[in-house]
Amino acid sequence: MRPLTEEETRVMFEKIAKYVGENLQLLVDRPDGTYCFRLHNDRVYYVSEKILKLAANISGDKLVSLGTCFGKFTKTHKFRLHITALDYLAPYAKGFGVAAKSTQDCRKVDPMAIVVFHQADIGEYVRHEETLT
Amino acid sequence: MSTVYPERMSPGGAMEGQSVEELLAKAERDEAEKLQRITVHKELELEFDLGNLLASDRNPPTGLRRAGPTPEVELKALARDNTQLLINQLWQLPTERVEEALVARLPEPTTRLPREKPVPRPRPLTRWQQFARLKGIRPKKKTNLVWDEVSGQWRRRWGYQRARDDTKEWLIEVPGGADPLEDQFAKRIQAKKERVAKNELNRLRNLARAHKMQLPSAAGMHPTGHQSKEELGRAMQVAKVSTASVGRFQERLPKEKAPRGSGKKRKFQPLFGDFAAEKKSQLELLRVMKSKKPQLDVTRATNKQMREEDQEEAAKRRKMSQKGKRKGGRQGPGGKRKGVPPSQGGKRKAGLGGKMNSGPLPFGGKRKGGQHQGGKRRK
Repeated sequence: MRPLTEEETRVMFEKIAKYVGENLQLLVDRPDGTYCFRLHNDRVYYVSEKILKLAANISGDKLVSLGTCFGKFTKTHKFRLHITALDYLAPYAKGFGVAAKSTQDCRKVDPMAIVVFHQADIGEYVRHEETLT
Repeated sequence: MSTVYPERMSPGGAMEGQSVEELLAKAERDEAEKLQRITVHKELELEFDLGNLLASDRNPPTGLRRAGPTPEVELKALARDNTQLLINQLWQLPTERVEEALVARLPEPTTRLPREKPVPRPRPLTRWQQFARLKGIRPKKKTNLVWDEVSGQWRRRWGYQRARDDTKEWLIEVPGGADPLEDQFAKRIQAKKERVAKNELNRLRNLARAHKMQLPSAAGMHPTGHQSKEELGRAMQVAKVSTASVGRFQERLPKEKAPRGSGKKRKFQPLFGDFAAEKKSQLELLRVMKSKKPQLDVTRATNKQMREEDQEEAAKRRKMSQKGKRKGGRQGPGGKRKGVPPSQGGKRKAGLGGKMNSGPLPFGGKRKGGQHQGGKRRK
């Protein structure tokens, strides 16, 4: 387990910023506690300081996971975002989905037109069981 | 004939009587108070381990439970009481005087403390032990004393004044095939030294194996030559790097492969570094990303500048050498050669040629890369 290097942080932030935009700094700097990113076995975990201090007592080969896994770095050092990061990204998201109309059309369209298709993965039924009917 | 006149005996009789009574009462009160201070009533007696100055109180803490959110007063009283009892016990120990101080002699501690360090792991068997186990050799019980014929007494088997002491011989016969001018005594002493050194080496090796440490060996080479492939590889690597240029100009054999894992070891930030500093650097990074302006990468810029200068210089030198060659050819051997002699110029040209080949590519690549980056940032 180790903190991310400058390069790794930059790659990760660029990826997350595509979904979340400027609100990323709310993830980095939270009012309700110190949270940090840590790398363990090529996976990036978003973990609070308290949990991190507890996890430090477990040896590296026995530690499976800690906090929330945001994603992993592939062998060629690209960052792949995982679905487990959704809970943290969703509040700051800029609209999840596929664009139904082009950028230009979006501006000229009437207020009731569909602009974004919300495509969910198979797990959405399980995650939002209570809210969907 | 003595008559007692109480009134006369004590002129201020009544007053003194009163004061005497008062004094007595006061003394009694003081006694009671002192006793009250030093006697503590406990339902259950405390368990004492005076060797460790330990007193264990097994009484249920009802007083503390009743205390509420701030039990400081009750805690203090409890502490005082228990300490008083411990001190009372200490006063009952046998005392002695050491350099004008009264000292109580503590008994042996009865509480068994847990281990400070973990249990030592079983040591690996030494080479002899492995061999003995394999062959089934058991240690033979030997007698301590041996009969020595020469001195006619029982002498110990080894050590001071031993039975058969090699070193005390005053006559050594030269063996049949040996050189007559060789010093047999010196030879014997030398042989002993070698045996001792070998024994010491084996002992250290056993020790190193037990502690899984590495013996500091001379240049990584083993005196007897029994070395594993990895050890030899390491020794070779160390030897290769031990040159003035730290191994940069050492050639490899025709089919020798480059050593793996000989790069610089990366250093990472500590796990719990300064959280505030980490946060600050991340926010700074975000700010830079947000600014949408391609930031000046100082190292890249300086490298680019340096490369441009080098290329200019190389081009200039090429021109000079070309000019020099042409002029030299026309002038002949007598003329002064401008710049550098042709052979060197030729070499340099070849070198330059090589360099020129690689010149445009990184340039273009860099430019492309720069643009790409800018494009990304704009997004």
